[in-house]
Amino acid sequence: MRCDVYIAPIIRYGAHMAETTRKQKQIKVQTETETAEEIKPAVKGEKLISELDDLLDEIDEVLESNADEFVKNYVQKGGQ
Amino acid sequence: MSIPKICGIETEYGIIAKGMDASAVTASSLLINSYVGRFDQNIGWDFENERPGNDARGFSLDDSFPPEIEMHLVNTVLTNGARYYVDHAHPEVSTPECRSVDEALIYDRAGEEIVRQSMIAANGFLPEGAELIAYKNNSDGKGNSYGCHENYLLARELPFAKMAALITTHFVTRQVFCGAGKVGTEFESMPKDSVAFQISQRADFFEEEVGLETTLKRPIVNTRDEPHCDPTKYRRLHVIVGDANMSEVATYLKLGTTAILLSMIEDDQLPEDLLLLNPVPAIRQISHDPTLRQAILLENDKRMTALEIQESLYQHAERYAKSFGLESVGQTTGENILRRWREVIEGLQSNPLSVAHIVDWVAKKRIIDGLVTRHNLRNTDAKLKAVDLQYHDMRPEKCLALRAGLETLVSEQQALDACAAPPDSTRAYFRGKCLEKWPNDVVAANWDSVVFDIGSGPLKRIPMMEPLRGTRAMTEELLARCSTPSDLITALGDAVSSSSFKPSN
Repeated sequence: MRCDVYIAPIIRYGAHMAETTRKQKQIKVQTETETAEEIKPAVKGEKLISELDDLLDEIDEVLESNADEFVKNYVQKGGQ
Repeated sequence: MSIPKICGIETEYGIIAKGMDASAVTASSLLINSYVGRFDQNIGWDFENERPGNDARGFSLDDSFPPEIEMHLVNTVLTNGARYYVDHAHPEVSTPECRSVDEALIYDRAGEEIVRQSMIAANGFLPEGAELIAYKNNSDGKGNSYGCHENYLLARELPFAKMAALITTHFVTRQVFCGAGKVGTEFESMPKDSVAFQISQRADFFEEEVGLETTLKRPIVNTRDEPHCDPTKYRRLHVIVGDANMSEVATYLKLGTTAILLSMIEDDQLPEDLLLLNPVPAIRQISHDPTLRQAILLENDKRMTALEIQESLYQHAERYAKSFGLESVGQTTGENILRRWREVIEGLQSNPLSVAHIVDWVAKKRIIDGLVTRHNLRNTDAKLKAVDLQYHDMRPEKCLALRAGLETLVSEQQALDACAAPPDSTRAYFRGKCLEKWPNDVVAANWDSVVFDIGSGPLKRIPMMEPLRGTRAMTEELLARCSTPSDLITALGDAVSSSSFKPSN
């Protein structure tokens, strides 16, 4: 594996992702060597309800502009 | 005695070729080739031990359609031990085999990153205005479905029919926390808009309780008997009933609860008090009722809601954990799964919105309901179906799930690392490291073998029939010691056989 070719695009992409996933709460996956005490999620239901307006503002902003066309054109072949 | 619940996930992504004229197969091939082409490496798939038509019940029905092996399509193995290929006109990522649910989740997330990087790479080749877009969902809203399959290692001696009957209860009811949500229905005999919103993407498509098919007359329990390891010792339970999840916790719970219940069945510790009378209509009835009030009939004439059934399954599991332990899934992981299982059940019981940060269908419904209120929309408005689709959009700038406030368990770096590095804990380590170390000498690989061209004589096939051999602990030193594939073949001695693999190009 040629590491120079391999790592560069991933790191650039990673920086981009950090921007778009900023709203998520990072909680590390438990591994066998760690204690059973897991970090409690900070995002809870009550907070989500109060954040709904902000969320909907953002959804309105990023939602495909022509919903009819988008939905009509989303056609897949059946799979497994 | 329950055996280690080695597991993995196969995800077929939806794909759209925007601004260009390309079939789904062409678009999928372009997507995958754009990714593997970046590494100047394309390792073929060895079909030598593929038997998708074998039925776990030991027979095959005349009217069943065993899946065909599509040898001519793009099919490659990655250095993380995963398989990335075109399946039924969809790009599909199969995670490597993982010893724990935590690892399987990381590799499912890595699969998403691989698909995202593929889109970026492919779109670099395409003319202005053309774009490939992948969706991690399971239906197009027009009656076409594609799968997200789970796999679990089972002991061969476990009677299949008994296992199938017992696990069906979970497969029908677990959707309350791992359903991905869907606007409308695609069930054939119902008008599309007779259901405004349902819990599961897939429930409309299940027509049988048990069977071999995966694309027609889909069964709740799939009988494909293709263990990809020693068939005298193991089965691989191929689960086709689930939705692809955007929520990491939902994926974690889907795998974790199923793995624990399968271990309980192996230890004969799952009672028969929750067997369902009519699982096929029940899976749909539960899905079509997001109020979670729909009661379904059990074989013992009782009526219970899906949530009540899940609560009972959880209680059985809790008792099992106390007397038998949870070593088959890893004790610490098992305890975390149980805790989260209890929490999600309690959350759904008290107020579903309290689990909008972990349950996909709740997160999606919250957005839908919010938009309906804000814009005074009708249930049939295309905007709602657009939200349904775009929730699963793999483009970070468009993905609604990424904006829904979902809790994450995997760090971004863990997912990115797992795009290249295999898990330490299974034979996937050996597969991935051979590909990394000798990309020009490995001519093919599959789940249970790696095939080398050592320059002279026949191709050499290294069989890997034991999923827990070939781990980092077992092979790191061996691989470091061997500077060429010939060294490795010599070191492995009698274990290596000649291969009949023929490269397709």
